[in-house]
Amino acid sequence: METKEYISVLVLDTPGVLQRVSGLFARRGYNIDSITVGSSEREGMSRMIVAARGDDRQIGQICSQLAKLIDVVAVIRLNERPAVARELMLIKLTITPEHRLEVQHLIDTFRCSIIDAGTNVLIVQVVGDKEKNDAFLQLVKSYGILEVTRTGETAMNRG
Amino acid sequence: MNGLLSADARERMLKRDEISGSEILLRTLLLEGVECVFGYPGGAVLYIYDAMHGNPDFRHLLTRHEQGAIHAADGYARSTGKTGVCLATSGPGATNLVTGIATAYMDSVPLVVITGNVATSLIGTDSFQEADIIGITQPITKHGFLVRRAEDLARTIREAFYIANTGRKGPVLVDIPKDVSADIVPFVYPETIELPGYAPETEPREADVRELADAILESRKPLLLAGGGVISSGASGELAELIGMTGIPVTTTLLGLGGVPASHELWLGMPGMHGTYAANQALMQCDLLVSVGARFDDRVTMRLDGFARRARIAHIDIDAAEIGKLVPTAIGVAGDAALVLRTLNEALRERLEEIEDWIEESAPWADHVRRMKHEVPLRYRDSETELKPQYVMEMIARTTGGDAIVTTDVGQHQMWAAQYGRYEHPRTFLSSGGLGTMGFGFPSAIGAQIGNPNRLVVSVNGDGGMQMCSQELAVCAIHNIPVKIVVFNNRTLGMIRQWQELIYESRYSHIDLSGSPDFVKLAEAYGVKGLRASNKAEAERVWQEALETDGPVLIDFVIAKDELVFPMIPQGKTLADMILGEE
Repeated sequence: METKEYISVLVLDTPGVLQRVSGLFARRGYNIDSITVGSSEREGMSRMIVAARGDDRQIGQICSQLAKLIDVVAVIRLNERPAVARELMLIKLTITPEHRLEVQHLIDTFRCSIIDAGTNVLIVQVVGDKEKNDAFLQLVKSYGILEVTRTGETAMNRG
Repeated sequence: MNGLLSADARERMLKRDEISGSEILLRTLLLEGVECVFGYPGGAVLYIYDAMHGNPDFRHLLTRHEQGAIHAADGYARSTGKTGVCLATSGPGATNLVTGIATAYMDSVPLVVITGNVATSLIGTDSFQEADIIGITQPITKHGFLVRRAEDLARTIREAFYIANTGRKGPVLVDIPKDVSADIVPFVYPETIELPGYAPETEPREADVRELADAILESRKPLLLAGGGVISSGASGELAELIGMTGIPVTTTLLGLGGVPASHELWLGMPGMHGTYAANQALMQCDLLVSVGARFDDRVTMRLDGFARRARIAHIDIDAAEIGKLVPTAIGVAGDAALVLRTLNEALRERLEEIEDWIEESAPWADHVRRMKHEVPLRYRDSETELKPQYVMEMIARTTGGDAIVTTDVGQHQMWAAQYGRYEHPRTFLSSGGLGTMGFGFPSAIGAQIGNPNRLVVSVNGDGGMQMCSQELAVCAIHNIPVKIVVFNNRTLGMIRQWQELIYESRYSHIDLSGSPDFVKLAEAYGVKGLRASNKAEAERVWQEALETDGPVLIDFVIAKDELVFPMIPQGKTLADMILGEE
């Protein structure tokens, strides 16, 4: 059965490590939603969060192949325990005065925030898991989207 | 000449002198036990070659093409188990290594591949002879290092050797910019190295091994499939012990040939596309398949839905990512083949009484398999007028007693060498199995001979592949490297012709090699003895002459164009669809 899983990959901060990881996905044709990367709590190491789709065997394959990379220090399947995932999304909307209230209502409901406002343009910041962000994007589509940028999900285990 | 340094030399080299990056490189290679580097100079490695000048400890073999250098390093590594080393310049020198790197990667051969690069200040500017060789080779190397400071060189080289020849072995690239090879820094040889992201697990989990032992004793029709991992880990002794204790029949993949002595009565030959009837039938009929160091290549399994359908599958592999990659695996044991088999043998030895009963119960299967082996052997139609390549391979096996190291190129002759040669010991059959690299057969034999100066090395080639690296004849001649070079000359690309005949309705397209050089004259042009045979009597005579010749010899065996490799299973079919060929 295909599920979505988060894989936490602790890597050494070496030149080319991102290329090695992304090259692996490209070469083996793995089904990846997103990869995020940033510094970790350990000096000289970064953490990547891979959101991947596949059955248990496929996700297992991805993890074993990742673990083989020399610059990869640890690979953890986050879904084996309760985990949280969040993505940051910025949306630039065109907006007419008569819709402003409606949009404000949606923003409140989704607990998003407006981080820049012009005469006819709003930049909305949405933080949530991918599915929530997708839902919000769907709802505001009709108002006119100028630009969307998303970070991809980052995740960690609870507790 | 000697890879083992004297204590004096070692001490002299470990001194903390202020030396150039190039001298650091040479010292570190010698301290790693390297006895020969195969290479080709160029602008970006001039400092390194300058450091070699007048260095009596360092041995370098100049090939005539970088591809020859890396295949030679590969042949050295496969035949000795040590890490092969090659060296090339930046840009085209480095890209000429790519095929050889991929060849070694696919067959898990330990290599340290050293390339020069343009100076660090020029990297990324598209300067003369610049190529991002780390990026180019990233999917075909176990790892790659770009060395940015001379201070990091010694440590990086040590790490490269450690990575290349541990765990699942493979090629590691070390890219050295020109300024790094020139800079003068104090030499510090790191006694230990630390790689936080690399801890190859070689010890199996005991529970996995126990489960495997149970599975064996629950089976009634067990079969062993031994691959290159058995050779790579040096597990032949452990495998022989397992077979001796249990009487389980065994088939060896192309890369596993020699892992079980060909004379063993329970050895069924090679499975797969050109495998034996007994091996393929045993795969179809077994109820437990224990794969040791093999990775279920499509040339072995053929169509997966027809592979070992009646069997539970147990997979022993040092690379956990191989387990379950292609074939649903009931029992996976991650670990070094020799260690796993040793633990398994111990576990079974504790249950000897059970085993005695079990052997009785599984005896009908062993008998059945042995019967298949004898009733349907490999066969070809011999001829007194025409020379048959199968006959030549049998002749080579007969006259060398399975003791020679045989390298092959890729194509029909490779399969004949696999089928009709006799390999009694590990590391005596060297062939590009995974990548199927034409041009590998001859230079790899040069490397094998360098690593085994006192053994007979026979290089088996077709007339196609021979022309892909024939320039290395010069190396054999100049250094009197006594490789016996066999060319099966059918004036065509035989394996492609065979597929075109059988699958493309004899529409022969671009396989005609007429116009190739006279190989005897080609050899002689380089100063290598050339001989020719077109029938059995001539073959016996010239082969004897070749064996009695101290130096290198090329023997042109003229064979028929239309000789086919049988048995054969066409691609896309299952193991059940064997074409056995002529009676």
